Parts: sequence; C-alpha cells; structure tokens
Amino acid sequence: MSIIVDQNTRVVVQGITGGEGSFHAAQMKAYGTKVVAGVTPGKGGTQHEGTPVFNGVAEAVKKEGANASIIFVPASFATDAILESADAGIAVIICITEGIPPLDMVKASRYVAEKKARLIGPNCPGIISPGKCKIGIMPGDIFLAKGKKKVGVISRSGTLTYEAVKQLSELGIAQSTAIGIGGDPIVGSIFTDLLPLFEADPETDGVMVIGEIGGNAEEDAARLVKAKMKKPVAAFVAGMTAPPGRRMGHAGAIISGGKGTATEKINTFKECGVAVAQSPAEIGSTVAKMLKIK
Amino acid sequence: MKIHEYQAKEIIARYGVKIPKGQVAFNPQEARKVAETIGKKVVVKAQIHAGGRGKGGGIKTADNPAEAEKVAGQIIGMTLVTHQTGPEGRKVKSVLVEEASNVARELYIGVVVDRNTAQPVLIASAEGGMEIEEVAKKNPEKILREGISPITGLLSFQLRRLTAALGITKEQTKAFAAVIQGLVNCFQKEDCTLAEINPLIVTPEGDIMALDAKLNLDDNGLFRHPDQVKLRDLAEEDPLEVEASKFNLNYIHLDGNVGCMVNGAGLAMATMDIIKYSGGEPANFLDVGGGASAETIGNGFRIILGDPKVKAILVNIFGGIVRCDRVATGIVQAAQSLPGGLQVPLVVRLEGTNAKEAGQILKESKLNIVEAKGLKAAAEKVVSFIKK
Repeated sequence: MSIIVDQNTRVVVQGITGGEGSFHAAQMKAYGTKVVAGVTPGKGGTQHEGTPVFNGVAEAVKKEGANASIIFVPASFATDAILESADAGIAVIICITEGIPPLDMVKASRYVAEKKARLIGPNCPGIISPGKCKIGIMPGDIFLAKGKKKVGVISRSGTLTYEAVKQLSELGIAQSTAIGIGGDPIVGSIFTDLLPLFEADPETDGVMVIGEIGGNAEEDAARLVKAKMKKPVAAFVAGMTAPPGRRMGHAGAIISGGKGTATEKINTFKECGVAVAQSPAEIGSTVAKMLKIK
Repeated sequence: MKIHEYQAKEIIARYGVKIPKGQVAFNPQEARKVAETIGKKVVVKAQIHAGGRGKGGGIKTADNPAEAEKVAGQIIGMTLVTHQTGPEGRKVKSVLVEEASNVARELYIGVVVDRNTAQPVLIASAEGGMEIEEVAKKNPEKILREGISPITGLLSFQLRRLTAALGITKEQTKAFAAVIQGLVNCFQKEDCTLAEINPLIVTPEGDIMALDAKLNLDDNGLFRHPDQVKLRDLAEEDPLEVEASKFNLNYIHLDGNVGCMVNGAGLAMATMDIIKYSGGEPANFLDVGGGASAETIGNGFRIILGDPKVKAILVNIFGGIVRCDRVATGIVQAAQSLPGGLQVPLVVRLEGTNAKEAGQILKESKLNIVEAKGLKAAAEKVVSFIKK
C-alpha cells in the first residue's frame, strides 16, 4: 500500500499552460499518474496536450472528478490557488511554488484546515507512491516500487530526497510513498502529521526522515517516534556546517537565536531511539542496517 | 532583508509608535545640523546591520552641536567590531543623531512568526535592553508570549495580561497598547520576519517610546512592497553575495577553501557537511537551482572563484529531470570561458539521467576536471587536492 496518493488519485494541474506546469504535467502522465484536468483562468474550454483545461478548480472537480491538485503558479498568485483548491473540496493539495510569504501561509493553513484538506508544501518537490502515482517534479525513475523491504520517506528538501532515494533503491529498498514537505518556515504538512500515516500503513516497514536546520519539526518528530511508533525510523539532518543567522537557500533553513541547530536535532533523534545517518552518503546503509537487510 | 535602525524607526513611527526626535547623518557637518535642530543633548548612533554597537564604541552622547560633530567624526568611517559583525567588523557610513532620553524602565517587545502554531507571536519581557536570547537562556520565565490569530488579531484580554505582567501603570496602559498594536500592524502590513523594539522605554514623565528598533523584511514579500527595495544597503552585504543575488543564485560566503556548487538547498547543505566530514572546510553554500544551465553554472564558477581562498571546487548535481549530459556540456563551456582558464582542480559528480554520456563529455574536454562517482568519493577527492 501507500499513503495519501495511489493509482485512483485524479489530479488537476493548476497552471497547466505555463512552462513548468506544462512540462511536469507531461512527465506525470508519462509516469502513469491520472492527470484529469488543468486549470488556467481565461483558458477554460480548451485542451492542453490532450488534457481538458478549466477556468477554475471547482469545474475540474465537478466534470472530471479531480481529488488532488498540484500548483505551478507564481508566488504572488499561489496562495489564492491553494485556497481555491481547498474551497473546491480537493482533498490533497500539493504546492510546488517557492517564495510565498509566510504571512500568507498563516492564513492559508487555517483555511485549508477548516476545509479538512491536506496541504503538502509549498516550496516542495511533491509526493510519489512509486509505481502508482507521482504528483510532483521528482525524477520518477530513481524510485523503486518493489524491493526487499519498503520504507516511507519524508523530507524537507528536494534533491537531497533524490540522493537518499537513489541510495535506498540501489540497496533494493523500495519506497511505499515519498513526500517532500517543503523548505519554508510554514508548510501544510509536517513530519508529525505524516509519521502516523506510515505507522498505520501495513506495507511500510520503516520510515526515513530527512530534516535540516531551522525550527523544531525534527525534535517533535523524534518525540512522536518515541511515544507512538512501533516501526523503526531513521533520520538525516542537513546543515551541520551551516553558520547561524543565515538562510541556507530554503526560507525555513535558518539557525536563529542559537535554536534549530543540526546538533540539537541529531541529539534529540538519538535520545528518542531514531537511527541517525551521520553523513549524507550513509543514508541508504543506515536504513538497511535498521531494517536488518544484509 | 535587514535594514538600518533609522529606517526601521521611520517605518514604526508611521504605525503610531513614538520614537525620539532625530535624523540620519552621513557626515559630521550633517550631524551638527541635526543636533542644532534638536537643540539639546543628543545620542549619536552608528548605523550598521549588527547589534552590540554600544559596547564596540559605536554609540556616544553629545551635550551640544559642536560635540555632536566631533563624535560623529569619530564614529563615521570607523570599523566597528561587535559580537555580531565577526572579527573583521563593519565600516560605519552613517549615524543616527537623536534626542537623548531619560529612562525610568526598559522593556522588550518583538513579533516573529511562530512555526509551531503557524501564526505570529508577540514576545515581551520586562528585561529590556538585553538580548532576548540571553533572557531566554537565563530567565525563561521572564519571557511572555501571546499568539496572534490571523482571524481575530491580538485580543483585549491578551493586552490586559501583558500590561499586568509587565507592571504597566493605569495611566500608561493606553499608550502601551498603542505601541503593541502599532508593532503588530507594522509586522503584518510590511511583511516582516522580525519586528523588535529593544528597549521600549518608559520615561520618568511616563512617555513610552522606542529607543531602538529592528525590522527584518521578508524577501518573499518584496513583490508587494516595491518601496522597500530602496531600503537595501548593499555595502552592508558580502560583495560576492551581492553579485550572486544579481543572478538569482543562492550563495553564502563561508571561511573554508573548498568551493561547492550544488542544485537544491538541502543537497547543498549536505555537500558542505560531507566536505567537512572528509576533512575539508567548505568555502561557500551555493544552490544553482533546478535548471543548472551553462549560463547559471558559468555565473556560479565566477562567484566561487571570486573568493581567493578557494583552492578546489566540487560540483555536485543530481540531474533528476535535467539530463546530465547537458549539465556536463554546461560545465565544460563555463570552464572554457573562464577568463584565465580553470586554475583550480574541479571535481564533478553528476547523478541521474545520461550520467555515462556526461562522463565522456568531461573526459573529452581535456580540462582539469575529475569525475567522481558517489557523494563520498567526490568529497574525498576534492579534499585530497587541498591536502596536497
């Protein structure tokens, strides 16, 4: 099994006629994802490379039964796109857009919660259940659908997730679902929202958590693992060498007031019984050891 | 984006926060004129993007305009070293000359976004004047926090709770509430990541005003605030970082000698980390983003090599959807077009689609490029060049 998305998920692409939206809609279709609709205001009624385009998300839900959306619109319009999806009853909203002001996310996250939708991102690579459904910008071919064991992957970063997944796949460790939660200070879903879903998924044998400096989402995740999880969890935290007070590319990756350091997070993971990969080259081997794969 | 104290004070004043009478001066003569207009004892404060200015000799008082001119002359042009500037310090280009205030009490108030509750939070303390991190460490119970709901804003009972805990008198309550509300409005309307008044003073006459103020503006919010762009002071930033920002490259200058160029922020941090674990020191953080075209790679090389400390470069690109052969062509083109050629060893690790073809392109280029397989091998290789 997988979590959140599978072969029955029907996707609407918000911003399908833009450069990024168009490219990744085609990539998702090629992976086998059911891309059932696109939305670009003003272009409703047309077709984009065989996909019907609507003016609004509500129409895509009504006419094509879309139940997940992916957002490729510029930061100044992306909050509106999230709210529109939530209002239309979309269950899973994935926002790829980078650069949304956190104060907009303060409002958006409230609204999404009120509508009982699940938001992933913003500033994220998306979600993939290998072999079933890819809603995101990740290269599908590095993921492994079947292997010796299956792990769930949750990460604050994009390309670092690819690095980790490649190491796992090379060792024959498959992934049930991999989720990039995004590098912003306020994101729709955090580790503690997703870990219980993997715990409940009968086909997930363990979880790999990829964190980075800034905030305390990793510490919260560690404590949840200790208190509530039976499945083994491994972790890697990027930013051991990051200087304090500087934003390391991601808006949320900043050590401020001496808080949010990699050392602090790694120590908390260790205290809570999480297997920590010290080096980014040891992510695969750490998971293999954790799952007792020789 | 950081701005100067005088700019922050001008902004909070627009939101109804009282500030001492004063003005910025860029030379001693201007400082004298400002002091003349004020007509009494003044404080001359160095304007740099770092705290701890007083201890470093960047804040002085002057009893009259002639003295203001003299101390401004001492401060402008000095290299001010504080615990926040690093040992190299910052050159002072301007001073804020303002009316000296009598202080009965010093408080702290600030607003930041709280990630856990996904909303802004107002932080207050009776221990004004000190750095809030210090108070948090030594006396965490002295820090008051009130969440600001995006639906209701700060509520009356929260204000009452604050005034009581901070010992604000009945007479001062109205003025205090106006300052708090002003700072909260400023934080939200100006898209701040931090809005801080430290200290907020109560004068013996019962006035409440901001003696110092700090606003960090959200770079992501700039599209809504074209007026904020002109507040940026490029002289306060690292020249290589300023150059990188022109090309939308995320570059942060560090102290080591191994330059690195990576696509993606998380992988870029992890690459810095593994350089360190392999016995080297990263010279920078550089995320060239998803595209990694010949042009962005070329700009990346120029910026990395703008740091004379760099003795070797590691390029770590996880191709993903971008084909590696294209990235390799970009690297070769960029290296060939470097003025003076590629003078330092370059280790390249390309992963993803067409990685094999990419290796061939690098080999055929006859440039000083070493291809590495895997993250660990790449880091060890680049560090081995430094140690030679």
